Amino acid sequence: MSSSAPAIATPEEIGKYEPVIGLEVHVQLNTRTKIFCGCPTGFGAPPNTNVCPVCLGLPGALPVLNRRAVEMAIQAALATHCRVNEFSRFARKNYFYPDLPKGYQISQYDQPLAEHGWLDAEVDGAKKRIGITRIHLEDDAGKSIHDGFKDSDRFTYVDLNRSGTPLIEIVSEPDIRSSDQAYAYLTELKQIMQYVGVSECDMEKGQLRCDANVSVRLKGAEKFGTKAEVKNLNSFRFAKMALDYEVARQVAVIESGGRVEQETRLYNVATGETVGMRSKEHAHDYRYFPEPDLVPLRVSDAWLEEIRSSMPKLPSEKREEFLGKGLSDYQVLVVTASRRWSEHYEKAAAISGDFIGTANFVTSELMGMPDALDRITPEGTGTLVRKIKEGEISGKMAKHILEKMYETGESPDQIIDSEGLRQISDTGALEKIVDEVIAQSPKQVEQYKSGKTGVIGYLVGQVMKASKGQANPAAVNELLKAKLG
Amino acid sequence: MNIASLTIEQVQAGLAARQFSAVELAKSALEFAQAENPKTNAYLHFCPERALAAAERVDQKLAAGENAGPLAGVPLAVKDVIVTKGVRTTCGSRLLERYVPPYDATAVVRLEQAGAVILGKTNCDEFAMGSSNENSAFGPVRNPVALDRVPGGSSGGSAAAVAQGTAVVALGSDTGGSVRQPASFCGVVGVTPTYGRVSRYGLVAFASSLDHIGPFGRTVRDAALLLETMAGRDECDSTSAFAPVPSYTAQLDGTVAGLRLGLPREYFEGLASESGDRIHQAVELLKNLGCEVREISLPATQYAVPCYYIIATAEASSNLARYDGVRYTTRANSTRANEDTLSGMYRATRGEGFGAECKRRIMLGTYVLSHGYYDAYYLKAQKVRTLIAEDFHKAFAEVDAIVAPVSPFPAFKIGEKLDDPMEMYLSDIYTITGDLAGIPCMSVPCGKTSEGLPVGMQILAKHFDEAGMFRLADAFEKAGGFAGSN
Repeated sequence: MSSSAPAIATPEEIGKYEPVIGLEVHVQLNTRTKIFCGCPTGFGAPPNTNVCPVCLGLPGALPVLNRRAVEMAIQAALATHCRVNEFSRFARKNYFYPDLPKGYQISQYDQPLAEHGWLDAEVDGAKKRIGITRIHLEDDAGKSIHDGFKDSDRFTYVDLNRSGTPLIEIVSEPDIRSSDQAYAYLTELKQIMQYVGVSECDMEKGQLRCDANVSVRLKGAEKFGTKAEVKNLNSFRFAKMALDYEVARQVAVIESGGRVEQETRLYNVATGETVGMRSKEHAHDYRYFPEPDLVPLRVSDAWLEEIRSSMPKLPSEKREEFLGKGLSDYQVLVVTASRRWSEHYEKAAAISGDFIGTANFVTSELMGMPDALDRITPEGTGTLVRKIKEGEISGKMAKHILEKMYETGESPDQIIDSEGLRQISDTGALEKIVDEVIAQSPKQVEQYKSGKTGVIGYLVGQVMKASKGQANPAAVNELLKAKLG
Repeated sequence: MNIASLTIEQVQAGLAARQFSAVELAKSALEFAQAENPKTNAYLHFCPERALAAAERVDQKLAAGENAGPLAGVPLAVKDVIVTKGVRTTCGSRLLERYVPPYDATAVVRLEQAGAVILGKTNCDEFAMGSSNENSAFGPVRNPVALDRVPGGSSGGSAAAVAQGTAVVALGSDTGGSVRQPASFCGVVGVTPTYGRVSRYGLVAFASSLDHIGPFGRTVRDAALLLETMAGRDECDSTSAFAPVPSYTAQLDGTVAGLRLGLPREYFEGLASESGDRIHQAVELLKNLGCEVREISLPATQYAVPCYYIIATAEASSNLARYDGVRYTTRANSTRANEDTLSGMYRATRGEGFGAECKRRIMLGTYVLSHGYYDAYYLKAQKVRTLIAEDFHKAFAEVDAIVAPVSPFPAFKIGEKLDDPMEMYLSDIYTITGDLAGIPCMSVPCGKTSEGLPVGMQILAKHFDEAGMFRLADAFEKAGGFAGSN
């Protein structure tokens, strides 16, 4: 085996070890304006247009903290059971990079906004409580664009639109023991952030970014092994793959008598490997010190309570609530997949008055439609389910109406009216059809009366045909039985 | 009209009496300043278009019978570390030689709204680092009182312009004495207000927790008027104070009898120079005015110089990181800069762009913040800073103001102290404590040495007691006949 090829441990070897993983997750807050100036935070504006002296780091410009960003960070902290510190302060993290116009990032260091939280990550039905060390506020850097330009072989372009976008960094305790747990933690964290409304967490837009600290130790050992930091985990799937790779690599190093180096490694999506980037000796010295341009941040009890009282319910709370309504585990999972699904479901169920029926409809019909939530309103879903329940339409008709709603954006009633789809339950109207069918089917009537009651199916079918499917089959059945008595 | 000795009151009287228009005054002032400037190199560049436009606005208001503002038509010089929209702001550095800011500092906005006419930008030590103005990339400033001597620093250009009469008033910045020390060297009034009193928005940062914008004038009244016009809360500076700004000039009523003044023992020990003699004479004058003088002690003073040079350089090392050649900074042209590496470009730009003093302070500041050294240096310095502030707090329980020297010696010869940065640092001892404590302090002329070199007396007051400080300084200035004495 060539010495440069990365050694990977066998499953048997890996089985002897326990991974110890901590995650650092950056979440972009959903504020309208940047954290230290009034520039808009929108994605996709032409390069270097959403900028001002503050986020450009021009000489003499000073930061002013965005209150909304603090509120959102507090919401995120409360949603992850953190203790919000009454006093926190900002610190400068100093390093040189072309997309960092001030030469430092304004972050929090020794006095973060919030600490000592947790969330439960569930793997195969088993809940694992993962500690959250801290949540702090900071500003984002701009973006270096290394390719896509004619002269990209010689130049790097810098777009500072993102500079000053508010971020929170959520640092977990090293409580995670498998890549599956890491995946579950990230999924839960993302769902919480979306639920609380502090971020859309769109990873493709960089609204959620993740780094991992990974070490391994022999099962049963108490002492942590030397950790490596793995960066560039651009999706949860890649994060899981990168962690699996890194664990196997570290086990192989130890099993072959080597020592794991403390270093920063980069995950290469193309090869599925992690590659050493910076050794401990070359680690940045960020020279943190308190940011003198900002006063300490104070979160009063009154402010904290105001935010706490306006918090939406968390996904875990919603899940408990829906299980209590009699939904299956699977249905609960589907209708709490995101805050939008959860809200859609809840509103629809309130309109239909039928939690289980609505859950059935949402999981069997709505879920499969792409962008369903952009096209179908909760009112539409709720009304449809109510109409099925009240016998106004059949399940089959409901499916058809839903498709029309999806295409046209019309309400169920508009479609029912324009297509004449209203189910006929009205006894007077039905009676007329039933009488006609009886008159036209003397043979079958005779059979029924002679005791061959099974023939009623044929008669019902005739009525349905004559009503173009709009008759309510149960009502028809009743009526026929009464008439043929 | 004799521009060189005008006060703000005289400008206002002249405009009111139609002796001259604001535009006429601006033109004469610009002409005079441009003609006189080669003697001192006090101004780095002038902004005649902006000056004349401002003067024009004043004349229009006066013609319409409107209030043209408390500084209507007053020729003002602005230190080149304070940003001016559309007017080059170099900070005395090669790195910003071509930098034209797209916005105005809050202080500049407020002064112009009050009718001030900015003539140009004044020379200073590079990024306000220095005590002699010899660290400017654009040549030293000469002291108008003695042209072979320094004007002090870092706001040497502003002090020299006011002393020379090429501006009526000027803005400087003070981090460790950079307004008071040149004021004392040039024989003008220089004020460092309470930290947070004047917005720092648009003041190019040297050491953010110590930086102040401060006024220069030929009289206490002029400096006080400038300060009260630009002071007050600014939403763009989180560290600016909410406290209301009283009229300082309305309180210059000479009522100083019975004031308790403290002379800090530590500031007078070993002060055997002629500067010391002038201060002692000043103290006698204050006694004659009815002030009660007593000795006080500020024991933490002995740690002030190391404390200051740790905090100031630490913040500076971070504040100066943005001058990296990527955006507005002039990028080095050398071959090293054209190496294909980013760090090569950084090294060349910063290595060639910064002067020796900036490099020295960036290195010091980088060192004291480094991993493993933070607690021993920066954290300890912050604790000492608290002790220094507590010293003043205790002293102000006993006295109404503190009187002290500004500098151990008067203006020295250009080049005389260049080889000994340590001596230069130590000479800041009397001025850095006021910045570290964040209290208001000022230099007011108190006579001259036998060689005719001006000496300044320092007054330090409680937080936000600029009014009391100015009242004392004004009474002293009038009693001693020191107004415009340079």
